[in-house]
Amino acid sequence: MTDAAQFKYVGTRPVRPDGVDKVTGRAAFGADFTLPGMLHGLILRSPHAHARIKSVDLSAALEIDGVFAAISSADFPEVTDSGDMGGEGGGSIKDLSDNCMARGKALYHGHAVAAVAATSLAKARQALAAIKVDYEALAPVMDLDAALAGDAPLLNEEMMTQGLAEPATKPSNIASRMVMGRGDVAKGFEEADVVLEETYRTPTVHQGYIEPHACLATVNEGGQSTIWCCTQGAFEVRSYSAAVCGMSIGSIRVIPSEIGGGFGGKTTVYLEPVALMLSKTAGRPVKMTMSREEVFRATGPASAARSTIKIGAKRDGTITAMSARIHYEAGAYPGGPVPMGCMSVFSAYNVPNLAMEGFDVLVNKPKVAAYRAPGAPQAMFASECIITELAKALAIDPIELRLKNAADEGDAAPYGPTWGPIGLKACLEAAKAHPNYQTALQEGQGRGLAVGFWFNIGFQSSAEVHVNEDGTVTVIEGNPDIGGSRASMAIMAAEELGIPYENIRVQIADTENAGYTMVTGGSRTTFATGMAVVEAARDVIGQAKARVAKLWQVDADMVEWRDGQALPKPGMNVEQEPMSFAEIAAKTAPSGPLLGKASLNARGAGPGFSVNFCDVEVDRRTGKVDVLKFTAIQDAGRAIHPGYVEGQLQGGAVQGIGWALNEEYVYDADGVQQNAGFLDYRVPVASDLPMIDTVIIEVPNDAHPYGVRGVGETPIVAPLAATANAVAEATGVRIRTLPLSPPNVLAALDAA
Amino acid sequence: MAKTHVSTCINGQDAEFLCSPEQTLLEVLRDTLHLTGTKEGCATGDCGACSVLLDGTLVCACLMLAAEAEGHDVTTIEGIASGNDLHPLQQKFLDHAALQCGVCTPGFIVASKALLDEDPDPDEESIRYWLAGNLCRCTGYDKIVRAVQDAAAELRS
Repeated sequence: MTDAAQFKYVGTRPVRPDGVDKVTGRAAFGADFTLPGMLHGLILRSPHAHARIKSVDLSAALEIDGVFAAISSADFPEVTDSGDMGGEGGGSIKDLSDNCMARGKALYHGHAVAAVAATSLAKARQALAAIKVDYEALAPVMDLDAALAGDAPLLNEEMMTQGLAEPATKPSNIASRMVMGRGDVAKGFEEADVVLEETYRTPTVHQGYIEPHACLATVNEGGQSTIWCCTQGAFEVRSYSAAVCGMSIGSIRVIPSEIGGGFGGKTTVYLEPVALMLSKTAGRPVKMTMSREEVFRATGPASAARSTIKIGAKRDGTITAMSARIHYEAGAYPGGPVPMGCMSVFSAYNVPNLAMEGFDVLVNKPKVAAYRAPGAPQAMFASECIITELAKALAIDPIELRLKNAADEGDAAPYGPTWGPIGLKACLEAAKAHPNYQTALQEGQGRGLAVGFWFNIGFQSSAEVHVNEDGTVTVIEGNPDIGGSRASMAIMAAEELGIPYENIRVQIADTENAGYTMVTGGSRTTFATGMAVVEAARDVIGQAKARVAKLWQVDADMVEWRDGQALPKPGMNVEQEPMSFAEIAAKTAPSGPLLGKASLNARGAGPGFSVNFCDVEVDRRTGKVDVLKFTAIQDAGRAIHPGYVEGQLQGGAVQGIGWALNEEYVYDADGVQQNAGFLDYRVPVASDLPMIDTVIIEVPNDAHPYGVRGVGETPIVAPLAATANAVAEATGVRIRTLPLSPPNVLAALDAA
Repeated sequence: MAKTHVSTCINGQDAEFLCSPEQTLLEVLRDTLHLTGTKEGCATGDCGACSVLLDGTLVCACLMLAAEAEGHDVTTIEGIASGNDLHPLQQKFLDHAALQCGVCTPGFIVASKALLDEDPDPDEESIRYWLAGNLCRCTGYDKIVRAVQDAAAELRS
């Protein structure tokens, strides 16, 4: 591992390569594409949260002038593949298909039931109104308690719970159960001087990306199709759309637009297969964009969860055992983030006796999608609240209690592997030493702290480095740039090649111009695709050195690469002037263009820990919580572009604050969401917040050439408990159900 | 229904268009005039992604009928830079890494320009309240507020 001080570009803050286009309105996002002859597609959505679809009659819609296609699930192949989708969200291909277009049953209010394509939006709306659907309304199941009740209506009458100790004998709404653990928790609790057990709840929340889903699809007469869309993963859109539409992967080209936020919610498909099928039927290109209301009603919320946590400790603070029983709402189809929740809930502590049990439970809400560290915020809200409650019970400082039990290099992680170098203790020490942690609090204020964690992932990525004849470079990769990743790729390429950052352009290519690259998700882009960019740059250097050696008529190992130049290796007795990258690039004709490439399956993603603490003030008359100060500390491994790493810490902190204080889906008795808009689903706005102070810890990940861990997801995990712990300190009342919205806080204060 | 003929001035250029009575200014900007820098995030006036200036006043283009633009000056994100020179707000957003995905950025820059046109030296609280109608889900607003502060300082100097 190279020392940070030796880097020329890594750790600097240049302007991102795509920046000018994004501040001038030039950058093309999902809804910004048009084609000649394009039709407008719209979706008819279920007015019931739970209903049998007895019939869909499209005939009247098709009679309207200007309507070119009207389709329902009968127009899609019946997908039987129960295989896993892969990627960061969960679920099977069959369920993905049924989620795109309801088959047999509508399972949530807003579930797609039919779709039309017409020459104008007005005509498409007219066509939707002409479609006749005969529903048999069924009782909806809207939360965990209702879903788990003995006489609960069943979403899927054939679903038997997987993973029970004894095989299930009758269907239920529990899709699966998983258990993990180690040691003997019963013995561990017996050894404890203090044992606490509490239940914590988090609501259904939405990723809340500002850009609604949008796509434009065209299928030609030969069956070749192209999709422009805003997605976190063009290759996933391709394979999912192929599966849902019964097309071959090779017949579909997906061109990712700029993406206006995703946070996991754009790792799956909703519109794309529908637009493809409409285009195939109509013989014209079809554009579809969701309204904000559709985004709320029919796309990936994050699971609501209920976590019961038990913790036992000695008087000195040594934790002897922890157990967790976590129920996640999956929404309409299986695939809640149960494994990640069970694996992350106790990740921060080195405790001998652990038991984790998780359940994936169906309810009549949209099928959940990944949301930034899926599963961890819910689970660690519970574990990071109870450890603060334990600190209070033991009269030990919350940082000291965490430090005493903190996981460290060489300890076994709760989910199996042995921790490599991790930055948890460094983050805790940084919090302890931070000036914000020393300031005095006023009456009515409280300070809360919590730890966050995410695994981070690697997996498959590709990259190419093309050298232009003037010595400039184009980097080709396949990860949509959701937060400045072009800058990090260009920085790493500049560092490797030794050429100026400004001489590098980074192109996010489509599925036919980039090698296969997994989704922008799992905090993997700068780690895995970054690794591919570095390897491709090294490939170029190897080729450049070989060519210079040929020109100089020496062996390749007599040439070295330094500061963007080929030089004779010292002591090799080669009398040559250094050759610059531009000079070499200009002389490629004899041997062909310089083109480096890499494709890899990145191993060794470095887990990321964080510590957040905040000061809040609670208005006892209204129940309103104000965040006065927030400090986010996180181990980034290495911050390639510190500005964008800080941005991840700050943005994640604020999403977490929103989850803690205000955000929740509100339903009526019929299962209709009552707040499907930004006016009533209240995400944090600028005037709600203070500056978000950040500290980047760098404990390098040895598996990456520059030590990158990945930073995107960990930041949202700690704010939930940090905020709740601060509210408990400020009020003296512990509230274990989110959100800590004014009515909920006021009710808790009144009850206390 | 017959379309309405509308004469306006958009980004300093005379512009004429035909629109249906129910069409919003946002729809016409994006779909008829192909000025797609103005974004739709909600179409209900809650997110500010479609912020434009109408005779210098900040409005949500999604809340205004296109026909109401008759005789008015409209400034969109495409009209903020002067030729090839970025406006200081645009440059400071870049310098401060004040955008991540970038979809809210046009709205923030237009809204911030309206603020600085009215108050060249706003304090942090004024900036935060002025921009409370613009949602950003990526940045947590910290770097946006700093970029606006820095741009204000440069414009004053």
